[in-house]
Amino acid sequence: MGSSLKEEVIKDTPQTESEKESIEIKVLFFARARDLSGVSDMKLEVSSGTTAGECLDKLIAKLPGLKELRGCMVLALNEEYTSESALVKNRDELAIIPPISGG
Amino acid sequence: MADEQEKNLVEILQENHPIDINKYTNYVHSPQCGAIATFFGNTRDTFDGKTVVELRYEAYVPMAIRCLNTICSSARSLWNLNAIAVAHRLGPVSVGETSVFVAVSSVHRVDALDACKFVIDEIKASVPIWKKEVYSNGEVWKENMEFIERIPELGKNGCCRPKVKVEDQEVAGHVKHGCCRPKVKVEDDGSVESCKDNA
Repeated sequence: MGSSLKEEVIKDTPQTESEKESIEIKVLFFARARDLSGVSDMKLEVSSGTTAGECLDKLIAKLPGLKELRGCMVLALNEEYTSESALVKNRDELAIIPPISGG
Repeated sequence: MADEQEKNLVEILQENHPIDINKYTNYVHSPQCGAIATFFGNTRDTFDGKTVVELRYEAYVPMAIRCLNTICSSARSLWNLNAIAVAHRLGPVSVGETSVFVAVSSVHRVDALDACKFVIDEIKASVPIWKKEVYSNGEVWKENMEFIERIPELGKNGCCRPKVKVEDQEVAGHVKHGCCRPKVKVEDDGSVESCKDNA
C-alpha cells in the first residue's frame, strides 16, 4: 500500500532515461522474503538518488507477495542494517531481512 | 587482559557440520581464567504441542559474521573478558542437537556468565539467521520477539550495534578496566522471554 505514494514522489524528476543517471543494485531475499517473492536475488535498476525505502517500494510493486512483510522487516545495505532514507549507490547490495530467528 | 588482540572465534557452520563443543571450549580456555560460561541452544522436540521433526537454518553469512563480531566487541566493552567463541549451524538440525553454542571465559565468573547471556540475547535480536521449524504436518518460519522489538532501532542506527547504555565512556569503543566488575550497565537486555521459541 505504501508503494503508490512513493511512486508519486519519484516522479518529480524528469522521466527520460538519459537525463538521470541510472544505477544497478543487487537485491537479496532471505527466508520468508524469498518464499514470498519467489526469488533469492535479483538486479534492480533505479535512478541515482533513490533511497533504500524507494527501492523496497519498487520491489513490492514488482513482487506483490512481499507486501505482507512491510512493517515487520528491516533492510540491510552492504551487510549493515540501514534506514529506509539511505541513498543507494551503483553496485550496492540491498538485503530484505524478514524477522530473524537464529538461536 | 587481551589488550592488543581480542580473542574471538566466530563461525557459521555449513550444512551437516555439527558443532564441535570441545573446539570452542578449548579455544576460550586459559590458565588466567577462573571461569568459562557456556550456552547451548538445542532443538526441542515440540512447539505449542506440535511435534518438531527438525529445524532448518539459513543465514546472510557475511553480515551474520559482521554482526557476531560487533556483539563480541560490545560484550568486551561491557565486561572484562578473555575469549569469546560463537558457533551457529546452518541447514537441518535434528531434535536434540545443538544449533548455537556460546563460550566465554573470564578471570571471575560474573563477567563470563553475564556476557554469555548478553551474547545469546543479542544473537536472537540482531544476527541475520533464520530458522524454519518443520513439523510432522507442516512448516513455519520462526520469528524472534527480540528482533521484532528492535526493528525501530535497527532501521535507524544502520548497524548491528545493540542498544546498551554505557556510563563512563571516555574511551570510544572499548572500555577496558582491570577489575572484575562490569563498569557499565546493560539497559535493554533484561527481559528474557519466558517462552523462547527454541533456545
